[in-house]
Amino acid sequence: MDYLLTEQQTMIRDLARKIAQEKIKPVAAQYDESEEFAWPIMKVLAESDLFGVYIPEAYGGLGGGIMDMCLVTEELSRACGGIALGYAGTGLGTLPILLHGSEEQKKKYLPDIARGKRLAAFCLTEAEAGSDAANMKTTARKEGDKYILNGTKQWITNAGEAEIYTVIALTDKAKGVRGASAFIVEKGTKGMEFGKKEKKMGIRASATREVIFTDCEVPAANLISREGMGFIVALKTLDTSRPGVAAQAVGIAQGALDHAVDYSRTRVQFGQPISSFQAVQHMLADMGTQVEAARALAYSVARMVDAGVKSVSKESAMAKLFASDVAMKVAVDAVQILGGYGYMRDYPVEKFMRDAKITQIYEGTNQIQRNVVAAHMIKETLKK
Amino acid sequence: MNIIVCIKQVPDTTDVRIDPVTNTLIREGVKSVINPFDAYAIEEAVRLKERCGGKVTALTMGPPQAEAALKEAIGLGCDEGVLVSDRKFAGSDTWATSYTLACAIEKLEGYDVILCGKQASDGDTAQVGPGISTHLDIPQVTYVKRIAEITDKLAKVERMTEEGYDVVEIPLPCLFTVVKEINTPRMPSLKGMMRAKSAKIARWTAEDLDADPAALGLDGSPTRVVKIFTPEARKGGEMISGSCDEVAKELAELLKGEVV
Repeated sequence: MDYLLTEQQTMIRDLARKIAQEKIKPVAAQYDESEEFAWPIMKVLAESDLFGVYIPEAYGGLGGGIMDMCLVTEELSRACGGIALGYAGTGLGTLPILLHGSEEQKKKYLPDIARGKRLAAFCLTEAEAGSDAANMKTTARKEGDKYILNGTKQWITNAGEAEIYTVIALTDKAKGVRGASAFIVEKGTKGMEFGKKEKKMGIRASATREVIFTDCEVPAANLISREGMGFIVALKTLDTSRPGVAAQAVGIAQGALDHAVDYSRTRVQFGQPISSFQAVQHMLADMGTQVEAARALAYSVARMVDAGVKSVSKESAMAKLFASDVAMKVAVDAVQILGGYGYMRDYPVEKFMRDAKITQIYEGTNQIQRNVVAAHMIKETLKK
Repeated sequence: MNIIVCIKQVPDTTDVRIDPVTNTLIREGVKSVINPFDAYAIEEAVRLKERCGGKVTALTMGPPQAEAALKEAIGLGCDEGVLVSDRKFAGSDTWATSYTLACAIEKLEGYDVILCGKQASDGDTAQVGPGISTHLDIPQVTYVKRIAEITDKLAKVERMTEEGYDVVEIPLPCLFTVVKEINTPRMPSLKGMMRAKSAKIARWTAEDLDADPAALGLDGSPTRVVKIFTPEARKGGEMISGSCDEVAKELAELLKGEVV
């Protein structure tokens, strides 16, 4: 399908595709096995300016938007959803600064992120604050011109590798979510440590660790927006980033589908390629249609975000939940088409299936997304 | 440091088809790319600029569409592109091509290092690089796999040989042809590609060059292609198996039979 990309977006997509196919695809299985963070690939992405596609030109970026970020995330995920997350996770960590940061904060942090010199990470989830993010325990106590952070953030993507962390913590416990605030914490700040690296089912090239704050002193200048705005910063960030998760899911689905189509044309059973069997053809047709529908939804929402539509909560939740459900289904079907070979780790599709699963879980489970969608639908009806 | 990198646009060899009747390359519908060996020359030119400062000019001779190769080179970090293009250059062999490129280089404002790929993937002659240095009367090192040291006046480079490498010291200005061992070319950058999009590529015709008209194109090319043919496929070898003694004996008999 032709999505009528601009000339610049076409250039971005083609370059991301070239890097994914030539540099990531050959090493995806190796990084999945070793669970190492793919720094050499991050370096290639940095040198190609891909980290800057969604950052304004004034801060050293290319001036594009979420759509541009989605195009890169999708193409990288088509080769490896785990390696792509080093890129997408940086986007998530950057959004609070991009959306709500002060001019000084933007000037200080965005140019390095745009150049890919420093990666970013977003710290919201805690052990007892997953879907119930309001139940967070991490606190930030103001003392003079500093905030003292205490608490543990869990399952933080890019933790340990990133240098810029945007952290949500309670500045006023009594006020609950209205007492949350957002901070920028740089790696190396005294009192900030990282937990052990998690062993995951999929996206194994991505680093997932705890970020532990013990009397961690953060300059007051690193407060994003105002005290009490933390939850709004987080929600706005997630509304904006969800098309990116959708794009990652679309990429994973497309990657699995590519393998399934290739395999069906070369695998001979009963004297003919299995692609000649209607049972396989119908599966491929459904997979292709679902991937295209997911992509169309993800791109539409990304373009809504870039056009400055005020509330995209419902639509971005729809895109995330639909695309991630598609990714899971398509990856499962790709394994089915490859049959016994699909189940073997010598073939790439089982990895796509493992990688797909996380997209239904992180950045808000699909159940939470459905809550958001339904709540908006009901609210809209009441307004009529 | 003024660095010139000479490149050639060639048919993408990952997708080669041969006309079964004429045995020549089918060029229609085949994508054109920068000669793969020249990609290493471009990368080395850009690295030299990063190392010593200065400017990289990409130069090519070819039809108007060769401009795309120069733009790609700018996307990879070159600063400027010059396309030498004229119907009068048509039919140039390596002698006339290297003469034309040498004339174009003399028109550029000075140079310290000229880089070329070791050969082009379509003609495989490896003659144009050395030809340019001959026409310009400057020293050259071919098959360079590392530029170990370089100053304004002198370079120390490693020339790949079959057994290892030679270390060659050479005064500047000079010409190097490079092998793929010299570097890993980088991916293009978006900013470079944007710059390439708006870049003005200079286009020079025969009239722009201070060249002897008789030495250009087909007239200036002493090479004549007499015949092009696909060599007959070699017959497969014969495998002899058994114990060492048996194999030796049988081989000896066979060799005697062939009257070697």
